Amino acid sequence: MEYYLQLIINGLVVGSIYSLVALGFVIIYKATKVVNFAQGEMVMAGAYICFALTVQYQIPFALAFVMTLAFSVLLGLLIERMILRPLIGEPIISVIMVTIGLSSILKSLVQVFWGTQIRVFPHILPQEPFMLMGLPIAPVYIAAFVLCLLLFAIFSLFFKYSSVGIAMRATAFDQQAAQSMGIGIKNIFALSWCIAAVVSSIGGIILGNINGINSQLGHLGLKVFPAVILGGLDSLLGAALGGLIIGVLENVCEGLARELFNLGGFKEVASFVVLVIILMVKPYGLFGTEEIERV
Amino acid sequence: MLKCGLFFTSYNKEDQLFPSMFQKTCLGLFLVAMLIAPQVLDFYYISVMNLIMIAVIGAVSLNLLTGVCGQMSLGHGAFVGVGAYGCAVLAAKGVPFVLCLLGGGALAAVAGMFFGIPSLRLKGIYLAISTLAAQMILEYVFLHWSAFTGGANGMPVDPPSIMGFSFDSDERMFYLIFAVTVLCVLGVSNIIRSRSGRAFVAIRDFYQSAENVGVNLFQFKLQAFATSSFMAGIAGGLWAYYTMYITPEQFSISLSISYLAMIIIGGMGSVTGAIFGAVFITLLPEVLNTATSLVGSFAPDISALMAPLKEGIFGLTLVLFLIFEPEGLVRKWKMIKAYWKLYPFAY
Repeated sequence: MEYYLQLIINGLVVGSIYSLVALGFVIIYKATKVVNFAQGEMVMAGAYICFALTVQYQIPFALAFVMTLAFSVLLGLLIERMILRPLIGEPIISVIMVTIGLSSILKSLVQVFWGTQIRVFPHILPQEPFMLMGLPIAPVYIAAFVLCLLLFAIFSLFFKYSSVGIAMRATAFDQQAAQSMGIGIKNIFALSWCIAAVVSSIGGIILGNINGINSQLGHLGLKVFPAVILGGLDSLLGAALGGLIIGVLENVCEGLARELFNLGGFKEVASFVVLVIILMVKPYGLFGTEEIERV
Repeated sequence: MLKCGLFFTSYNKEDQLFPSMFQKTCLGLFLVAMLIAPQVLDFYYISVMNLIMIAVIGAVSLNLLTGVCGQMSLGHGAFVGVGAYGCAVLAAKGVPFVLCLLGGGALAAVAGMFFGIPSLRLKGIYLAISTLAAQMILEYVFLHWSAFTGGANGMPVDPPSIMGFSFDSDERMFYLIFAVTVLCVLGVSNIIRSRSGRAFVAIRDFYQSAENVGVNLFQFKLQAFATSSFMAGIAGGLWAYYTMYITPEQFSISLSISYLAMIIIGGMGSVTGAIFGAVFITLLPEVLNTATSLVGSFAPDISALMAPLKEGIFGLTLVLFLIFEPEGLVRKWKMIKAYWKLYPFAY
């Protein structure tokens, strides 16, 4: 029992990072209808920049954190301006492929600068585990979870009450109508890429503090698809819940498969099996908007 | 654009694969050149050409599904893998070569149809993600079903033989692969001209209209998945026989992505385009190898950067093509042909 409780807690922590990455994905999808296959590589880029600043340039963590976020804003702007803007209005396969191309470019840049070995962040939080219901939990796990909750609260409020947030929702709903009401669509697109890059970087930094980072971190981006499909492609709440559910699910499935069938590595595939089932049963996920077509 | 002086007097004539004598002559010459090639070329070039031809089969088959029928698949690499493992397992049981190849293809077709079932309800991004799931699940099966696939260690495959004639050298394999490639390319070209092909195009262009004019969506979508994966399986089988050793990581998501890149860089929905794309994407790392070995004499560090450079240049090419030439190499080819035909009067 304790074993499973531990699995669930680990799942929640990993899941909260999936949620963050999914949040970036959903923000881009909501505002621009672009499916970003480079989300995992954006996580990786943020993590490596923060690593370089703290370890290689010895900048204090708090400052490095802010600098990484600033860098992410730039990265988001650059990607939107250079790569996505020329493709506005192109078919979906072109847009998907351009983000796949982008993910290859980001991955190769990281490998050129930092190689492929695992890099470890310096410890910021105390190592002493924290006891919760008799289970030891590292403080960094709790920090990760709290930070994710905080970000979700901020973004929910942002989309609900701020005028920019409302403009982003309007753009997502109907681009032409939004534009005719005086909303600068291009700025909204750029903004959504910036926000996505920032939340991904935060996810990357948290991950770096938990496990260290390597150039395969981008693989994490693939895990986001089950999470967002489960939650619904265009729902923030869905992204949050979907990420947590997938995180817990894959850990528990891994544990079960190990115990019952002696099968290793089931973690990698459990979420995709779930994904196929969700797509068959409820293609628009838990909170996604159903697309209704009439002839 | 057609050659000057070429008139059609019946619909059938217009529907021909190679309408002009000039085209037939060119293809004939190309065929002769390909048949002579292994006798005169060096070992390295033959092996690259073999890989290109296998990629051509994969790309042409994916183009039937994605370019012609409009069903995006991120799982094509895995279907190629199913074919490869199917062939290898059958071959290990002593089944004759031709049956192995067909069996591998059939197995891949079954896998393709199974993962194609959701395509009735899903389209666009949802379908892309469900085929991504197919890729991940099949990859897991290759890696963990060790009784059949040898797990992470992979499995060896003996060179094929037909009626006691063993294709045990690169040159012999060249002829075998060439024959299969020609069959597959002709097959896809003919499917596109057939009733099914027209149904596929109708589904791609607008599925609701297609349904309204009596195209059974489910039947034709599944048919597209089955034919496409069957050929992918054939490509996988040839690959298994040619490389003589298969491991799960050969059929990872990056293979699926490179097939998609081939049809996008070549030109979606066009058989010629898929061939161009396959040649381009397969040659890209080879050219890069040559380039780095040239530069390597000045900067020895560069060989360590080889793998990331390959990946980065692949991504960059893809992005640049999508931005500047979204219709792919086949459009460039058409423009060259038009220039040639119109020569002194370029309008």
